Amino acid sequence: MSTPPPSEPALPATVAVTIDGRRIDVPRTMPHPVTGAPAPTTMMQACELAGVRVPHYCYHPKLPVAGNCRMCLVEYGTPALGPDRKPLSNPDGTPKIRKAPNPVIACATPISPGIEIYTQTPGVKAAREAVLEFLLANHPLDCPICDQAGECQLQQYALEYGHAQSRFDEAKVHKPKQVDLGPRIMLDDERCILCSRCIRFTRDIVGDDALGFVRRGSHTALTHYPGRPFDNNYTLNTVDLCPVGALTSKDFRFRMRVWFLGETPSICPSCGTGCNMVIGARENVIYRLTPRSNDAVNQCWMCDAGRLNYSWIGRADRLAEVQVPGPAGSARKSGWKAALEALAARLGAAPRGSVALIASARLANEELFLLARIARALEALTDSIPRAGEGDRLLVHPDRNPNTRGAQLLGIAADPPGARLPAIAGAIREGRILTLLVFGEDVTRHGIGLDELDRLDLLVASDVLPNATTGRAHFLLPGAAFAEKSGTFTSARGRVQRFAPAVQPPGSARAEREFLRELASALTGEAFPDHASGLFDQMAREFAAFRGLTWAGLGAQGVALPANPP
Amino acid sequence: MPNMIQERRIILEHLDRAGYTPDLGCYRRHGGYATFERCLALEPAATPEGQTLSGPEQIRLEVRRSGLRGRGGAGFPCGVKWSFVNLDSDRPIYLICNADESEPGTFKDRQIIHKDPHQLIEGILIAAYANRVHQAFIYIRGEFIEGARILDRALDEARGAGLLGRDILGRGYDLEICVHRGAGAYICGEETGLIESLEGRRPYPRIKPPYYPAVLGLYQCPTIVNNVETLCAVKHVAAMGGNEYAKLGVPGDPGTRIVCVSGQVRRPGYFEIEIGKATLGQLIHDLAGGLHPGRSLKAVIPGGSSAKVLRAGEKYKLKFARPDGKEIEREAALLDLPYDSASLAAAGSMCGSGAIVVLDDSASAVEALANIAEFYAHESCGQCTPCREGSLWMHKILQRILRRQGRPADVDNLERIAHNIPGGRTVCAFGEACSWPVQSFVAKFGDEFRQMTAPPP
Ligand SMILES: Cc1cc2nc3c(=O)[nH]c(=O)nc-3n(C[C@H](O)[C@H](O)[C@H](O)COP(=O)(O)O)c2cc1C
Ligand code: SF4
Ligand code: SF4
Ligand code: SF4
Ligand code: FES
Repeated sequence: MSTPPPSEPALPATVAVTIDGRRIDVPRTMPHPVTGAPAPTTMMQACELAGVRVPHYCYHPKLPVAGNCRMCLVEYGTPALGPDRKPLSNPDGTPKIRKAPNPVIACATPISPGIEIYTQTPGVKAAREAVLEFLLANHPLDCPICDQAGECQLQQYALEYGHAQSRFDEAKVHKPKQVDLGPRIMLDDERCILCSRCIRFTRDIVGDDALGFVRRGSHTALTHYPGRPFDNNYTLNTVDLCPVGALTSKDFRFRMRVWFLGETPSICPSCGTGCNMVIGARENVIYRLTPRSNDAVNQCWMCDAGRLNYSWIGRADRLAEVQVPGPAGSARKSGWKAALEALAARLGAAPRGSVALIASARLANEELFLLARIARALEALTDSIPRAGEGDRLLVHPDRNPNTRGAQLLGIAADPPGARLPAIAGAIREGRILTLLVFGEDVTRHGIGLDELDRLDLLVASDVLPNATTGRAHFLLPGAAFAEKSGTFTSARGRVQRFAPAVQPPGSARAEREFLRELASALTGEAFPDHASGLFDQMAREFAAFRGLTWAGLGAQGVALPANPP
Repeated sequence: MPNMIQERRIILEHLDRAGYTPDLGCYRRHGGYATFERCLALEPAATPEGQTLSGPEQIRLEVRRSGLRGRGGAGFPCGVKWSFVNLDSDRPIYLICNADESEPGTFKDRQIIHKDPHQLIEGILIAAYANRVHQAFIYIRGEFIEGARILDRALDEARGAGLLGRDILGRGYDLEICVHRGAGAYICGEETGLIESLEGRRPYPRIKPPYYPAVLGLYQCPTIVNNVETLCAVKHVAAMGGNEYAKLGVPGDPGTRIVCVSGQVRRPGYFEIEIGKATLGQLIHDLAGGLHPGRSLKAVIPGGSSAKVLRAGEKYKLKFARPDGKEIEREAALLDLPYDSASLAAAGSMCGSGAIVVLDDSASAVEALANIAEFYAHESCGQCTPCREGSLWMHKILQRILRRQGRPADVDNLERIAHNIPGGRTVCAFGEACSWPVQSFVAKFGDEFRQMTAPPP
């Protein structure tokens, strides 16, 4: 008879640690930022969980640990053991703690049961102050002309932990300035504090080992691989990661002081991933898009293409006027009210089955919901335009539309999207379709040419920028960019996420939701809520795929679609 | 007058003798590789406790028993270091011989490499066999071009004689040894910087935890790093047996070590002594020929440039164990300090890499320190903040003082900077290496520093 081997006693999942006198249970392991494999919880992670801030430069929760800046030094003690390896107690029964002689870096030192971490002792404060003094010794200290001023960790910690007066009295080390690292990134080596975040990001997260240090000691300088510019689709994340003003975005640098920028939470509209982001704008001008953390979607990264895809919003040729049919095939300016009344009348009179509607999968769920109701009322044939590109293993989705999933769930887009476009083109040629509504696309580039458009009785187009389709439209309804309106997208992986307006649309242009609501009411006789929130909630009630979701419930981080809608 | 001290040559036994050549034939004629062959042939043996020890286990036990300390600088017990390696790991175990020898004042490893390379190879073979290693590396300082050639030649000879490669001497053991030339920086000698360099990257020392070489070393596999001299000593431990080896030297620091004496002495050189059986005075006067005529001693740096300086005239309290086991304290002057780790620790310094640098009264403490500080500022790898910025800062202050532009605040500043670098605040022990000289020179020769930084009258 064999006995089963004695199983190892399972280690408890949590470890009790004491941080600055406060006891807290923290997980024994936490996922490694790159591999996801369980790794021993570090003092830094324990402090974060306890809400205790330990200043740091090189540590970043999404990067492998480097441990080079030494800003996160803390002191600690461990339970003292007697000769029998049993913990010793103080007279009052509390465990006796043996304080370690030297400080350690919180970012790389694992916790152990019963450990006490001290982040506020005189020794720790002195160590931090010393590290800051060292960091500032060869730093240019010309913050007034540095682009990072206002969001610089060196400035911030120098205020919080530093020594007011520099005792460095020697000639500073000079290094390359205005280094053109790549098409989107400038480097000032003198500002670099050599934390290696940028190197680790591009090597370990992107998989492009493009950056590195050369020379040594205080002369060490960051540079790119010889003869190869720093140019992958994620380079701009290094600008966010850089704790100082060493790496700057060519697109953004010196255009605006960061403290003047208003910040609006939004969703990148440039692919199906739906990266969470912040729009930085001032006085109705967008200056930059930066990632907003969402571990379910984009961690804290964005691709460069998505990040820079905003300048069109401020273009001078934005569609800003409502147009209606004028005399003899001409177009004339109109107010919204008259235009929508006239349009509703024309559409209402269109024979059922003679209408087609093509709506972009870049529109919001709420807009597509209203369009779906209009299409149902008109018994219209519908589809969206596919927009395919190359995906990658980090973020970029091959579907370059942000809301294909929404367009399909709401019944607008065919499966695959665009599958009905040839049928619509054919029906126009055959004269069966006489009315075409186009929202946010130039159909002339997608199989419905000018010849077809010319056969129509009625072409309605809504867009933000002029194109061949809007040029032919009888009714032209100027719409709003994502940054100018509220709404939600459903990402390719089925996450419903909210975005908010940061700037105003130009001229008479309006958020599509606003005029579609009036048009849908006129055509269906129903009333629709006038806010994105109400529209979303109504949509979620009507469409099984969204059932159970609410606008309020989406919060800042979005919610995954219910897996098995009833 | 006490007896003139003699060298006790074990590792250096043959290598400076007339007619001794670095080839395999000569090494074999002097009994070379016999120890390795015996090790390889060791049969499992029973211990008094009733355990059965394999051949490799027996070798490891002897090294444990010998108490041999590493000769690379840190003086960590070799057998204990080996015991950290998980021999049951399913990953390969690597052995790296650290031949980067770059600590200023140290020039012993190169003697072995140039004059007796097969002794080192035999030491590596034994250490590798004892630790289930099948791939070893000799990481040799980049500037040692001739040394690398000599080693390659010796390895070819060994391979030709069936001492390397597959199925060594028909006993089923495989080992390859690869010579890797270093990248030309002092920090390549720090074991984790060395490992990074061997992997093809900048020699940035790794953070510990988690990257202890014995656990996550070369290619994230268990790795043993030992100095050239340590591995040669392993050969002699294996030949003599651990207990016999431990009879040499002093308890806690057994065996012999090669001491390099340089600086202002008449006969600088390397001398193998029984540890603790020669004093600094005997080393300097009997072996290195003493000071130049008419000079008096000013200071001794006893363990390589990073060791804290000792000033002539200082008195140290040493502890001795009497035969009856009681401890007694005795006062010793600088030149009476026995050369062993406990005595030098009691004097506030260390044996380090076994390099003694002697300064006589013609030397300026400020210039000497400025010279050392320049080296460390030049060699700091630049990875971590305190060492990177502090080493250059101290260098710049010292250069300014030498230019006669010193200020009274400089002395305090030097002390403060040197205090703010070491003690767990840096990634590697270079932090200590660059600040200990400054701490000790400024503390002990403060008068010279103050004089050089005083405002003009
Ligand atoms: C800055 C620095 C430089 C070092 N240089 C060397 C060296 O050149 N050679 C060497 O053997 N050990 C050197 N060491 C020590 C090694 O890190 C390591 O402790 C040693 O190789 C271990 O061998 P041992 O145990 O046989 O002494 C250096 C350590 C530091 C911190
Ligand atoms: S450029 Fe910025 S992120 Fe990169 S190493 Fe320097 S300070 Fe760190
Ligand atoms: S990956 Fe897609 S969603 Fe994310 S920033 Fe790039 S384009 Fe935008
Ligand atoms: S202590 Fe000095 S040599 Fe060691 S890692 Fe830090 S900067 Fe490099
Ligand atoms: S944050 Fe820990 S060393 Fe940089």
